Amino acid sequence: MFRIDFNKLRFLVCDDNPHMRRVLRTLLHSFGAREVHEAEEGATALEMYSHYVPDIVITDWSMPIFDGLELTQMIRQPGSSGNPYVPIIMLTGHSEKRRVTIARDAGVTEFLAKPISAKALYQRILSVVVSPRPFIKTKTYFGPDRRRNTTAKYIGPERRSGGEAEIVQQPSLIDKARSES
Amino acid sequence: MQRPKPPVLDVQSFADHHIITQPNPLRAAVRRIDPRDSDDPIARAEKALAGLSGEFQQWMNIECERLAAAHETMQAKGVSSATRNELFRAAHDIKGDAATFGFPTAGAAAESLCRIIEHAPDLAAVPAGLIAHHINAIQAIIRENAGIDTSGMAGELSRKLRGVADEYLKAVNHDRPEHLEAILAPSIVPSA
Repeated sequence: MFRIDFNKLRFLVCDDNPHMRRVLRTLLHSFGAREVHEAEEGATALEMYSHYVPDIVITDWSMPIFDGLELTQMIRQPGSSGNPYVPIIMLTGHSEKRRVTIARDAGVTEFLAKPISAKALYQRILSVVVSPRPFIKTKTYFGPDRRRNTTAKYIGPERRSGGEAEIVQQPSLIDKARSES
Repeated sequence: MQRPKPPVLDVQSFADHHIITQPNPLRAAVRRIDPRDSDDPIARAEKALAGLSGEFQQWMNIECERLAAAHETMQAKGVSSATRNELFRAAHDIKGDAATFGFPTAGAAAESLCRIIEHAPDLAAVPAGLIAHHINAIQAIIRENAGIDTSGMAGELSRKLRGVADEYLKAVNHDRPEHLEAILAPSIVPSA
């Protein structure tokens, strides 16, 4: 059985809603986190990301001007001066399957649909801390490995070629979102 | 701020992709515990969240005022990208927050409003009453503090609004298959 020492982790929370930031801060401090930095929009979050070098980023999607998807895409720049491998948990009111796919393809590590619960947030953090996935770099994608199984029936446009598929077995983001909401 | 050491990366290159692995950079934060360890961080967090609950009504009142203000601005200035986005964000925040704050039926009505804003081909052509009824319902549910009432009047009101909104959206999107698919797709979050 594993436990996370939250006091060894540095969090960056980005949400334009002050009430949701308060909830997140309360939850993370209750888990034991000491360092929780907060931004209310993506541009500030990007600055704080470079300055504080967080271990985990938790971001909302829908924000004015510079949203969570753009923040993810800015962080996932292979040559950036920050840490492009940082786990990103997208916490959002969007609850449609296509949104999960868009977030995944932007490089999000975990997707958590609101309403938020202590259990769901803890499990997402546990997942990124205990079971980090390899990163994949292609011409059009840089981010956590999106493969979740070895189905031979896959007929999508972006199947990688060459090499054995090494899969970290875990449920898809959509299945996790459905089962824990 | 002390910067961590750059990660030691192992890069395997293939025909059209690279697989990049590194030793778990967060492993220092993981420890194995005795199964008899009674510390429960989730219970601790739930208790802390419950401690905030006295503020939830006030928070939802503020969200409602923001929604009403966004609607008034859109009525006064007309539909534009700015007024549409502000109305959407206000509704979307209620959709996401309301259930956490004990108002799941208000969240359901806000979700229905979000769907109208997102999928109506012309927001200016949406019957004014349809948007106004959603906003009035959200305000009423929160004002009357029908927080945990998912089967009573508040729940019924939200379901009726969603039904009317969906019928409208299906009709105006009959020739827009990508929107129709999104409208008909089930949510990944169970309904309130």
